[in-house]
Amino acid sequence: MNSAAKTNHVPVPNTTVKPNSGDSKSIYSIQNFSLWYGNDQALQDVQFDIPANNVTAIIGPSGCGKSTFIKALNRMVELVASVKMSGSISYNRKDIFSPKYKVEELRTNVGMVFQHPNPFPKSIYENVAYGPKIHGIKKKKVLDEIVEKSLKGAALWDEVKDRLQENAFGLSGGQQQRLCIARCLAIEPDVILMDEPTSALDPISTAKIEELVQKLKEDYSIVIVTHNMQQAARISDKTAFFLNGEVIEYSNTDELFSNPKDKRTEDYITGRFG
Amino acid sequence: MNLVDKQVIQNKMSKRLVKNQFMNKLFFSATAFGIVVLIVLLYRVLSEGIGHLDWGFLTNFASRFPEEAGIKAAIVGSLWLMAVTAPVSLLLGIGTAIYLEEYASRNKFTRFIQMNISNLAGVPSIVFGLLGLTVFVRLLEMGRSIMAGGLTMSLLILPIIVVSSQEAIRAIPKNQYEASFAMGATKWQTVRRVVLPAAIPGILTGGILALSRAIGETAPLLMIGALSFIAYLPENVWSGFTVLPIQIFNWTGRPQEEFHLVASTGIIVLLVILLFMNSIAVIIRNKFSKRF
Amino acid sequence: MAVNVKDMMKKNKSNRLLLRFSEKAAPTIFLLCAIISVLTTIGITLTLLMETITFFNRVSFIDFITGTKWWPFGENPSFGILPLISGTLSITVIAMAVAIPIGLASAVYLSEFASPHIRKIVKPILEILAGIPTIVYGFFALTFVTPMLQNVIPSLPVFNALSPGIVVGVMIIPMIASLSEDAMSSVPNDMREGALAMGSTRLEVALKVVVPAALSGIIASFVLGISRAIGETMIVAVAAGATPKLSLDVTESIQTMTGYIVQVTLGDASYGSTTYYSIYAVGMTLFVFTLLMNLLSQYISRRFKEEY
Repeated sequence: MNSAAKTNHVPVPNTTVKPNSGDSKSIYSIQNFSLWYGNDQALQDVQFDIPANNVTAIIGPSGCGKSTFIKALNRMVELVASVKMSGSISYNRKDIFSPKYKVEELRTNVGMVFQHPNPFPKSIYENVAYGPKIHGIKKKKVLDEIVEKSLKGAALWDEVKDRLQENAFGLSGGQQQRLCIARCLAIEPDVILMDEPTSALDPISTAKIEELVQKLKEDYSIVIVTHNMQQAARISDKTAFFLNGEVIEYSNTDELFSNPKDKRTEDYITGRFG
Repeated sequence: MNLVDKQVIQNKMSKRLVKNQFMNKLFFSATAFGIVVLIVLLYRVLSEGIGHLDWGFLTNFASRFPEEAGIKAAIVGSLWLMAVTAPVSLLLGIGTAIYLEEYASRNKFTRFIQMNISNLAGVPSIVFGLLGLTVFVRLLEMGRSIMAGGLTMSLLILPIIVVSSQEAIRAIPKNQYEASFAMGATKWQTVRRVVLPAAIPGILTGGILALSRAIGETAPLLMIGALSFIAYLPENVWSGFTVLPIQIFNWTGRPQEEFHLVASTGIIVLLVILLFMNSIAVIIRNKFSKRF
Repeated sequence: MAVNVKDMMKKNKSNRLLLRFSEKAAPTIFLLCAIISVLTTIGITLTLLMETITFFNRVSFIDFITGTKWWPFGENPSFGILPLISGTLSITVIAMAVAIPIGLASAVYLSEFASPHIRKIVKPILEILAGIPTIVYGFFALTFVTPMLQNVIPSLPVFNALSPGIVVGVMIIPMIASLSEDAMSSVPNDMREGALAMGSTRLEVALKVVVPAALSGIIASFVLGISRAIGETMIVAVAAGATPKLSLDVTESIQTMTGYIVQVTLGDASYGSTTYYSIYAVGMTLFVFTLLMNLLSQYISRRFKEEY
């Protein structure tokens, strides 16, 4: 498996971006990043590094900007017309907002799984083959192999291998979400962004996805937004706590939950608000 | 102190309820009126026209004698007309809808195009006929041909197709776009591989309904100069032609009572074709509805 | 590892000229499609304008709009459009007298009284009624409605304004019913529930709450109906006759603007004759009337749009 550590990108020295730590294993570096929807500020001076091959959880009450933040990482946030940004986010030391960096290329390297499963109204096979196809892979044999590998990677293969040509809408919600993960794996991204991937699922499906996340982190860097603190504590290595668009605290998950440094973090994780 | 006299309210109550019942029945009758008219119309046409409906009617050309009159040239002419109108109007209509929904920025120019389309939808069909006569028949020298008629009809139903295609595209949830963009797909890839396949049932339903409007339309083709008495079949899109509604119009205008019966038979054929097209539209609509 | 997707995608990237081209070309191609509709409008306007100007080079504009005699054929032609306008007006008034009460009552019934079951049956039937070609309505007016009216009014001639007027009204019923019903269905249910909870009858809710709240949409549907009646061609061409007459007697044979255009088209007015150009002047008048109605309808529904 092609992992983030031996990525194909040669890091280009970029004078405008100075990673704030010498840690070569960090995949994202966010510097003074602020974002507005029209006149409403949604993010304010966000600044931290996201390490490679880790699960990084983003927690915080609703409306704290955590979804906006994760959508900024693959520039999906730009689909909102009125959005304005300042500061920088660099991915593998390249400024993702630089005009030279094609948004399609970024999104090919950074996959995303959404809050509600959103398969296409096509067959299971076609859903997974969608990514490779748009990137120009057409050979049936190769596609077959990619589909099988991706579905196995998403722990869905055994459940669907006999009905690959059936419409994806016939799957259960949990299966649909794993199909979306498989679709994402098919183009072998380095990073997978997950925006509350289990909030629409039942507890059993949630457990399956959590288990899958643990397995995936061997090969991928994962950033997961969750409103469920237990989930963050169970599956993540690092946790960032967002409040009103600001990062209040960012540290190792164990530390953040057992020994929060900020009063507001403590209030939140002990359930005093949010 | 009693501001509200319960007794008065009680007394008025029964009157109000009676009025409610009465108006309910009245409104129902109004609704039933339309249905009754439809039934009477269909009954009249069927009872008058069915006697003349046989294989000969479908395979004969028009004739001076009502008993020999057939509708072959008109059926073939209507099919030829559709062969021009369907591709032209669908391509232009879907293209316009994609532009307005996917590419156009929300500015004055876009609003102008949108308003222009809704105004075109309200222009009387006979005015489209004047346009076709002047531009296609005379200016572009297409003559009184299928091509001139087909292009005129395409422009006539274009607004209907644009609006229904726009609705079909708008019904696609945003998360489908997100899923595609998040895989690194470009705009055009997303439109072609995600948006269009998902919207095509809705687009087709609207398209078929628009085409059935074109099949029944008479006035613009009268203006173009479609013939009402031809005893040959069109050879290509530059041939002269007649269509079902014009043939029916011609028979209706004859003074002889017998030709009115022939017109009824022609109407049966036209209505059967329309019924067929509408059923296909309904089947597509039901088969593909509620997918998201 | 069997397949290296990343490398394959990289390799493909270099020869994706075609994709890059279609990415650039797509918006332009679709814009061109959209421009066709604008060109159509320009085409209609220019066509009507040019030929109408030619017409007014031969016939005085004042005579045209104030003349009370429309006799375009023969030695001494006279082009006063008022008779055609009065004919169109007669048809429109009769049609609206049929379509507005019945259409609105159907809309109220479907929106406020009918059970979902009945609605499910009736709405498709109204759609069928709306989909019947106008030539079929014309035939129906001439061969059924006129003879039926002759039973009541024995002196009624075969061609008259009354019968096609009624049938044009029938044709417009589904349009008014469905547009008005749309307007009423978009009145939020809380408003109905509020009134019902105070003991209002369904009728009182419909007439005192729902209809006033949906009034702009309802009136817009009436105006659109008027526009349809003005532009309706085949029903009047078949059943109203060809006698331009400045009178409001609906039992006489009349001629509408649309009816005149059809008459000239069917006859052999030679290309370039004043009669030939007169159809453009009449077409222009028709176009202006319907355009004004359509703009008025859009204005009403936008200007008085209720915010719930």
